[in-house]
Amino acid sequence: MHVHTLSAATPAVRFAGVTRHFGAVRAVDGVDLAIAPGEFFAMLGPSGSGKTTCLRLIAGFEQPDAGHIEIFGEAVEGLPPYRRPVNTVFQDYALFPHLSVGDNVAYGLKVRGIGRAERDRLAREALALVKLSGMEARRPAQLSGGQRQRVALARALVVRPKVLLLDEPLGALDLKLREEMQSELKSLQRALGLSFVFVTHDQSEALSMADRVAVFNEGRIVQVGPPEDVYERPATRFVAGFVGSANVLGAAQAAALGGEEVPSSLRPEKIILLGHGLAEPAEAARLEARVVEVSYQGAVRRVALLTPAGLSLTALVPASAPGAMVGGTVQLAIPRGALQPMEGER
Amino acid sequence: MSLATFDLPAPRDGALRRLSDRLVRRARLLTLVLLVPPLLWLGLIYLGSLFVFLGQSIFSIDEFSGTIVREPTITTLLELFRPANYDIVLRTVGISAVVTVLCVVIAFPVAYYAARYAGPRAKAAFYLAVMMPLWSSYLVKVYGWKLLLAKEGAIGWFAGRLGLGGALEAWLALPVVGGPSLSVSYTGMVLVFTYLWLPFMILPVQAALERVPKSLIEAAGDLGASPATLFRTVILPLAMPGVVAGAIFTFSLTLGDYIVPQIIGTSALVLGQAVYMQQGTAGNIPLAAAFSLVPILVMALFLTLAKRTGAFDAL
Repeated sequence: MHVHTLSAATPAVRFAGVTRHFGAVRAVDGVDLAIAPGEFFAMLGPSGSGKTTCLRLIAGFEQPDAGHIEIFGEAVEGLPPYRRPVNTVFQDYALFPHLSVGDNVAYGLKVRGIGRAERDRLAREALALVKLSGMEARRPAQLSGGQRQRVALARALVVRPKVLLLDEPLGALDLKLREEMQSELKSLQRALGLSFVFVTHDQSEALSMADRVAVFNEGRIVQVGPPEDVYERPATRFVAGFVGSANVLGAAQAAALGGEEVPSSLRPEKIILLGHGLAEPAEAARLEARVVEVSYQGAVRRVALLTPAGLSLTALVPASAPGAMVGGTVQLAIPRGALQPMEGER
Repeated sequence: MSLATFDLPAPRDGALRRLSDRLVRRARLLTLVLLVPPLLWLGLIYLGSLFVFLGQSIFSIDEFSGTIVREPTITTLLELFRPANYDIVLRTVGISAVVTVLCVVIAFPVAYYAARYAGPRAKAAFYLAVMMPLWSSYLVKVYGWKLLLAKEGAIGWFAGRLGLGGALEAWLALPVVGGPSLSVSYTGMVLVFTYLWLPFMILPVQAALERVPKSLIEAAGDLGASPATLFRTVILPLAMPGVVAGAIFTFSLTLGDYIVPQIIGTSALVLGQAVYMQQGTAGNIPLAAAFSLVPILVMALFLTLAKRTGAFDAL
């Protein structure tokens, strides 16, 4: 179920030529995008690439210097955050330290003038949704990082936003908790049918959770598409390097390995080290390379290689396969189609 | 490239080094060594003498001989409730409360600007501007204000130039707050106190506001709070510990002062003057001690109320 054929419905969020400067810095530089209702949309990029500023532009914490922003078809330029039908889960959670967990969650209902009994009921429901029932009376300071994260989520969801914005919400959690929250966020999003806009610099997080990923670099979106597309067919040198650290080849190098004579990317796991009982694919380019370095990474080994022609390559091989020896020579096979042509540099 | 080509000399051994080794291993001992001098100073010299003095309040004075009768009694404490003395207490607490409220009202916007909008240069200028009045002599400032407030002084002249002479006259004609001129009225006294203690309110409020993360303010707006609601439900509660800290300064400094009322005020006494008179000219140490008890009780009551209303919830 891919939601990238969305032209008919009104987009949940639409950017047209949106630009935001900070002094001389173009934090966001002419961004166009359309996020579909019910879509899990990830904004991926290194720090300073403009992804967080885009999120803040949707929330209303920033105003664009140029361009146009719509939320469900309504122009929102100049509209303050408290008049927008979107809510944010902040990177530092931003829970009110002077309020109990229950009052934190009920805050958005209280400022809307909903009575105490009703807002307590809704807050309890929201806390149950994030599996924090019975924590109403606690103070945020008494909670663990993961629990605070859930309170922040409940507090944003309880006011029924049309779009939920998440600013690196899992960044402060440890690995196990992060993986747990990833799958919970994903199932919550499916159950609620809400649009989630998720900012992250972690490519695996973006790939595993999102329906579509937008890759940001230097204030622009350099590629947008389903995770498989972005990973398998990186459009630019930047995407190839940032998402999954692909090998990047010049035009001549790509041609020498059986690809087209254009700059191309080559995923490290596509390179096959022969002679370990692995079947050689029928149509593949073969070459010899020297092993420069091997690092063990649990499930896989990362092997740094140097070909006689002076080309550096990185290959990922199953850790169970007999190890390549540093300084030894190995035979490589690169299947046809493993090389992906790229358009540009950025 | 060779890293291991020279030997770093081992750290020298010595008596001081052995001492610090021992102290590092025994953190409690270190804490004790560090705390003994300040505890002696605070506990014995400061609090000790205070309690000895306050202890005098259970003695009384012999009306005929003027000597102190060293027998426990509550008559001296009950004297505080005589109308003349009780008036002094009420007057002083009232003035302190008004000064504190005025300080909060003036300090808050200044502190808010400094904490949330001022850049590094503006902030440096802000600290300088707030602290500078504290560097000059208290007496010079008070006498300076006496001249400003005098009948022919700068404030009266300026009010006249602005066509507000009538308004000033009308204000001075009011009961209680008025008087023959600003320099001998409660209004003048409150103005001077507010001027003197304002830095002690601005700095803690600014520190409290500085600690409010920007994301909390954004979160409140994100959840639908208008700026007024945001101020009432997030900024004010989080700034409250700072406001209370500032109020402790402004309130207790006003409660204890006896110089400003002497130079600026009316002929009616305040607590500080009463203490000064009783222990000086009147030689009634027990009553002076009883009067000194009042600010302590008032401050204790103030802090209890502040805690009850949740002023420290954000701490």
